[in-house]
Amino acid sequence: MRGMRSRRFFVVGLLVALVVAGVGSYYASSHPDGLEFVAGETGFLDSADDPKTADSPFADYQTAGIDDERVSGGLAGVVGVALVLVLAGGLAYAVRRRGPAEPTD
Amino acid sequence: MHVPDGFLDAPTSVVTGVVAAGGVAVALRKARVELDDRTAPMAGLVAAFVFAGQMINFPVGAGTSGHLLGGALAAVLVGPWTGALCLSVVLLVQALFMADGGVTALGTNITLMGLVGCFTGYAVFRLVAAVLPRRRASIAPAAAVGALVSVPVAAAVFTLLFAIGGTAPVDTGAVLTAMVGWHTVIGIGEALVTGLVVASVVAARPDLVHGARHLSDASRLEIRKAAVQ
Repeated sequence: MRGMRSRRFFVVGLLVALVVAGVGSYYASSHPDGLEFVAGETGFLDSADDPKTADSPFADYQTAGIDDERVSGGLAGVVGVALVLVLAGGLAYAVRRRGPAEPTD
Repeated sequence: MHVPDGFLDAPTSVVTGVVAAGGVAVALRKARVELDDRTAPMAGLVAAFVFAGQMINFPVGAGTSGHLLGGALAAVLVGPWTGALCLSVVLLVQALFMADGGVTALGTNITLMGLVGCFTGYAVFRLVAAVLPRRRASIAPAAAVGALVSVPVAAAVFTLLFAIGGTAPVDTGAVLTAMVGWHTVIGIGEALVTGLVVASVVAARPDLVHGARHLSDASRLEIRKAAVQ
């Protein structure tokens, strides 16, 4: 058999995503991203409104009520990964072809 | 590149909302062709990875940063229609729960990073893959070039939307130059991450890479045989 077994592959992939979001994100650059920087530089940054979801418990990738930035950001990242995994995976299951795999293109 | 509320006026946001909704509706039908019992979990994993990757801003100089957009990556791994659905889910979660990208700008963000990102990335990937030798080793470099191109193209499309419906009186030429310039640099980071991740998945499970399907007919047959027992 060629390659990794499916279970192992998905566990490793998910662990990578969780570590990136839960741990790696703390070390991310805090500089404005390209769009925000250009908006500031060319003078349209002030046209942004405050986000309507700013009071969400995970706004700005920080968890409300947790002061430790590393834990607060890590938890927000892990929750986000889990939410996206369930929603996108569920959606993919809902729209998939039923029955055995079959090349169609 | 998450557009906040307020950058674009209401009519433009409504139009991008309609474009995004239409794109997602078509994607829900077309993704059926790309998804089966084997690849559906891959869509969940790819979306989760794109969410994680988007949290990692890397510095690109002069006090600016960029992060993975993930459109080309998702399109190569799970197909462009499924990829667009993955990006839409990521952007929805970010707007609703992380206050990243405006809620009224969700259509704009899905249009830019989901539709433009995935389809530009995938089209360039296919072009480059057609020129390179027909081998697994060609998949990751082709994906990287698709990723590199997709970022400044999405930046240019943002500028077009800004020229049409920007709420601030700012010279379009200046915005275009700065957007495309910075996002070409960010695109290099996008290309590196995309190339590395695609190369890893191609090495581990080439049969799960949509963009390598034309190379892996043999492994598909092996897997079907095993599944029947």
